[in-house]
Amino acid sequence: MKNGEVVKLIDVYKTYHTGDVDVHAVRGVSLEIQRGEFVALMGASGSGKSTLMNIVGCLDRPTSGRYVLDDADVSALDRDQLADIRNHKLGFVFQSFNLLPRTSARENVELPLLYGAHRLTNAQLREKADAVLASVGLAGREDHHPSQLSGGQQQRVAIARALVNDPEVVLADEPTGNLDSRTSVEIMGIFQQLNERDITIIMVTHEQDIAAYARRNVVMRDGRILKDFNVTQRFDATAELGKIAPIDSEL
Amino acid sequence: MKVGSTLNIALRALRRNKMRSVLTALGIIIGVAAVIAMVGIGNGAKAQVEAQIASLGQNVILIFSGSTTSSGIRTGWGGAGTLKIEDAEAIRREVPGVAAVSEEVVSTTQVAAGNQNWFTRIYGESADYLDIRQWPLSDGAPFTAQDVRSANKVCIIGRTTASQIYGNDDPVGQILRIKNVPFTVTGILTPKGLSTQGVDQDDVVIMPFTSAMKRVVGGTTLRNINVQIGDGRQIAAAQQQIISLLRQRHNIRAGRDDDFTVRNQQEIADAATATTAVMTVLLGSIAGVSLVVGGIGIMNIMLVSVTERTREIGTRMAMGAHGSDILMQFLIEAVTLSSVGGVIGIVFGIGASQILSSYAHWPTLISLSSIIVAFMFSAAVGIFFGFYPARKAAALDPIEALRYE
Ligand SMILES: Nc1ncnc2c1ncn2[C@@H]1O[C@H](COP(=O)(O)OP(=O)(O)O)[C@@H](O)[C@H]1O
Ligand SMILES: [Mg+2]
Repeated sequence: MKNGEVVKLIDVYKTYHTGDVDVHAVRGVSLEIQRGEFVALMGASGSGKSTLMNIVGCLDRPTSGRYVLDDADVSALDRDQLADIRNHKLGFVFQSFNLLPRTSARENVELPLLYGAHRLTNAQLREKADAVLASVGLAGREDHHPSQLSGGQQQRVAIARALVNDPEVVLADEPTGNLDSRTSVEIMGIFQQLNERDITIIMVTHEQDIAAYARRNVVMRDGRILKDFNVTQRFDATAELGKIAPIDSEL
Repeated sequence: MKVGSTLNIALRALRRNKMRSVLTALGIIIGVAAVIAMVGIGNGAKAQVEAQIASLGQNVILIFSGSTTSSGIRTGWGGAGTLKIEDAEAIRREVPGVAAVSEEVVSTTQVAAGNQNWFTRIYGESADYLDIRQWPLSDGAPFTAQDVRSANKVCIIGRTTASQIYGNDDPVGQILRIKNVPFTVTGILTPKGLSTQGVDQDDVVIMPFTSAMKRVVGGTTLRNINVQIGDGRQIAAAQQQIISLLRQRHNIRAGRDDDFTVRNQQEIADAATATTAVMTVLLGSIAGVSLVVGGIGIMNIMLVSVTERTREIGTRMAMGAHGSDILMQFLIEAVTLSSVGGVIGIVFGIGASQILSSYAHWPTLISLSSIIVAFMFSAAVGIFFGFYPARKAAALDPIEALRYE
């Protein structure tokens, strides 16, 4: 395992030009995230969390400033180069899961592999996908379609998809936004397990009690970092789940 | 570079929407099937016309009574008789290179034997007629030059006439009453089937033209004269000589129109196949329109699909898909729909032509080239109509696509 910082933002600005007005969504953010960290990015709605995540996720480029990902400056790469970086180094988990409908969990997880540099046989694809699905507790559900899975299970498929290419960083924008509180804690449990395996996780949330599962919280306001601190009273998902009364015995 | 994966991705996407894929391909299936069947009908008609013209015989010149219009269509078919028996004899005697001549008169009338009767066509010809037409007998013997000279009451009959009058009996040697004159049947022609106009060529009685003029048709003029030239290279010269001979015999002064029409086989063939070629093009283009409509159907569905799958496209881009991967995916989806539709359409088109041939008795001819062209065209339709939606998908911004509701 490499050490040192995996994400390094240096005085990053992002300005949107809409009509006559300029929206300064991010204004001068500098941030370093070490390998193996679990960071929750917090702040009120409109504070620039998603904009910053899009830059960290190489979906967007900063208006000014530098972004160094895994020791390589990616601030000035073109569309296709950014796509390759996303494929090799990043894994995405979305608020609304974004699974392909009418497609099995396995085929959903295979998706990033299909856009990778290495051609894999169908058997290799299947083997990799099934292994990652098993690691998020979905062994036996490989052939289920999203419509046959609960919200929590769908989000686990999405996490498996984010993990299948062994990313440097897993990025999650409001991963629990569409989930009930119990399922949210389960997903945090999976993130904590992944983080135990030294996987770097950056997660956007506006909920205090979700951010408490992370190791470090970064709070934004008006496009700037307001606070940046380590979580002292960290929640442990396994313990919290034990406290919550099992409402439905189905799981 | 990732063609295999992209193909895989596109086929998975099509499988996800089976019903829609099938319905979209249906437009192309119908279009291609229509093109294959229509061009098959056109080519079949053309081939039949060609075969029929070849069956006129080798190196044949036809001389008809009456003049022609500028478009080459004769006026007054068998009408104002200007050709005389002596004209035919003069041609036989004076035009170099002539191998055979048959004077022809035609009539339709009732024929009978026992208590059976039948309405059929009577052809009066010379003894050379069957050689010129290359039309052998299946049974019996032809009438002879002597029969022609003596205007004997003999005839040969086609298969249809034979079965209508004599049923299963052997007609050779039997009596056939034509306008109450008893003729002896000396032979039966080999069957030829329907002509392009749908006329049963086996529904016929052929007899010496002398007998026909004397006892059946009446009159003293010929409808036409069939001339066969021994050497194909002499046809043009012979045609010229026939024209000047007949003008001289008919006392036509310089500057006046002919009162007869001379056509060689090639001219007749060209005129007839030109018509069927026009028909083929016409049928093919009408069917081609439905293929284009099928292509627009593909474009329509692909555009709907791009809009509907905006989030999917955003997700794929977030997972590392290049714009070119998305473009290829949608293009392959479109081309797969159109070319699989094309293959199915070809099968249906061949089936439809076969049904038309066997039930409606339309001749159809499906060439390998029309199959290849239809397939290439359907694939091209997919590329052409798939490109715009595919480019639209590839140009999407990943962030906006992911945020699309
Ligand atoms: N594509 C865009 N065009 C214009 N303004 C935008 C765009 N995306 C975000 N913004 C604006 O930038 C600011 C920050 O948005 P965002 O990063 O989505 O905040 P958060 O995720 O913290 O709610 C908001 O004022 C928002 O309206
Ligand atoms: Mg947001």
